[in-house]
Amino acid sequence: MTRMDFLLIAPELWILTMTCVILIVDLYIKEERRGIVHLLGMVTLIFAAIITLRGDFGIDGTNSALAFNGTFIRDQMGDVLKLFSYLVLAIVFIYAKFCLREFRMFRSDFYTLTLEALLGIMLLISANNLVMVYLGLELLALSSYTLVAYDRESKMGSEAAMKYFVLGSMASGMLLYGMSMIYGATGSLDLQEVAAAVGNLSGDNYLLVFGLVFLVVGLAFKLGVVPFHMWIPDVYQGAPVAITLFIASVPKMAAFAMAFRLLQTGLGELHTDWSQMISILAALSIVLGNLAAIAQTNIKRMLAYSTISHMGFVLMGLLPGTASGFGAGMFYVIVYSMMSAAAFGMVILLSARGVEAEKIDDFKGLNQRNSWYAAVMAMVMFSMAGVPVFVGFFAKWLVIAAALETGLVWLAILAVVFSVVGAFYYLRIVKLMYFDEPVTESEINAPVDFRAAISLNGIMMIGLGIFSSSLIAVCMASFGA
Amino acid sequence: MLTLTHFLTLGAMLFSLSVAGIFLNRKNVIILLMCIELMLLAVNMNFVAFSRFLGNVDGQVFVFFILTVAAAEAAIGLAILVVLFRNRQTINVTELDDLKG
Repeated sequence: MTRMDFLLIAPELWILTMTCVILIVDLYIKEERRGIVHLLGMVTLIFAAIITLRGDFGIDGTNSALAFNGTFIRDQMGDVLKLFSYLVLAIVFIYAKFCLREFRMFRSDFYTLTLEALLGIMLLISANNLVMVYLGLELLALSSYTLVAYDRESKMGSEAAMKYFVLGSMASGMLLYGMSMIYGATGSLDLQEVAAAVGNLSGDNYLLVFGLVFLVVGLAFKLGVVPFHMWIPDVYQGAPVAITLFIASVPKMAAFAMAFRLLQTGLGELHTDWSQMISILAALSIVLGNLAAIAQTNIKRMLAYSTISHMGFVLMGLLPGTASGFGAGMFYVIVYSMMSAAAFGMVILLSARGVEAEKIDDFKGLNQRNSWYAAVMAMVMFSMAGVPVFVGFFAKWLVIAAALETGLVWLAILAVVFSVVGAFYYLRIVKLMYFDEPVTESEINAPVDFRAAISLNGIMMIGLGIFSSSLIAVCMASFGA
Repeated sequence: MLTLTHFLTLGAMLFSLSVAGIFLNRKNVIILLMCIELMLLAVNMNFVAFSRFLGNVDGQVFVFFILTVAAAEAAIGLAILVVLFRNRQTINVTELDDLKG
């Protein structure tokens, strides 16, 4: 352990320290002054971003640095994903503060638990060893289970938490079983050494292939792709909307990073084996996610199925196993977290006086109530549907190009067809907002930071679309493309 | 003489038992928690066996981490169980059906 090791892991250490500080500060402040905790949370994220930016590692995509005997890796992909995690989490904090105050659940637990989960996300993003992957994943998962049960009096919330816990733990078990097989076949836990050992092994090693299958199953559970998606709709619906907002946005970036580290860094030699499995998972998620979303009347559940289909698109980026493919997947997942945060932000905005705006009908006539918020929601929906100019279009375009690059023409066609199917339920919301009569005339109130954040988040959908090339370039450069 | 295959078979049997337990159990959430523990122990069995036969201690170190995390996981699982029981007065798996669609 040298000074260099600690410099490389400085952002993680900062988050950990500040989580403990918030935990203690909360003991000494009165309930009406709890805004301080929110402020501390935001400060934590801003300084984390500064610390991450100041570490001059991985400026070009090939540059990376290892710490703690190769268990931790600092590279450009990690840094970019971490910076976007801070950004999205800051947006989540602003939305959640308003929501939790409305619902009388504004406690500091939300901040400590989400920062703990962020720490898990960061470790997962930078993991270079199977032990680190597992520890990062569990830190994220255990905080998420607790967050889902955040509303202690909610029947739905506790049921969702239990289902999430059982299925999530089972997924971890599967992942671990796969890891044990891979350890047995290669004799190492370090991802680089695993990769080297896999290269030296002869063709059919049943242990390795067995391990790979379990690993992919575990990953699919965590990403929430069909047929391992059962927990997503229940958790999204059952959890309080502030928690759903968190679970639906930031952890997705970690899931992508985990898939990249395990499948490409560790098992890149087995690309032909895993890309077959991934292509089937991607196809099933895109089809089932989009079809099931049409039937939903609950907007949280609809967005859950939409997540499933979006994760299918992210998987398509992994398929070619090339730098441009991973860059496309990374771009997609970053864009998706922002879209998802904006969509749930709108659900929070419409929820009033402790009643969640869960039904799609709650969006009826939003244009007459407030035309700017309707425009924001419309931008988010257009972006999710993949309408050109909006950023979602470029994301979809890149991953479909990646699938074509692999020669999977059927998958590309399927993705395009089901994007059109998906456009139906996104545009249905736009139709409800603009062409239906409002069910309530009550005014939409929100504090100024919330209004600023949601406006910015909506404008990002079109702004990032018009200036998408720089973000795409950053993502591509992360993998040296 | 016990070989690696024996240990792996035992690990696989324990793992299958736990997965079967999770899917077949229709009665009690506590049994689900027990199955999850069993699953992690099956994985530990694999790691220790591999570690012994490869002559590499990394696997045994991993087992320590898994055991620690499993303890934390059990604590959170039971905490959620308490909340669940307080809100619903039942921990019957078949009655956890408010969320569907």
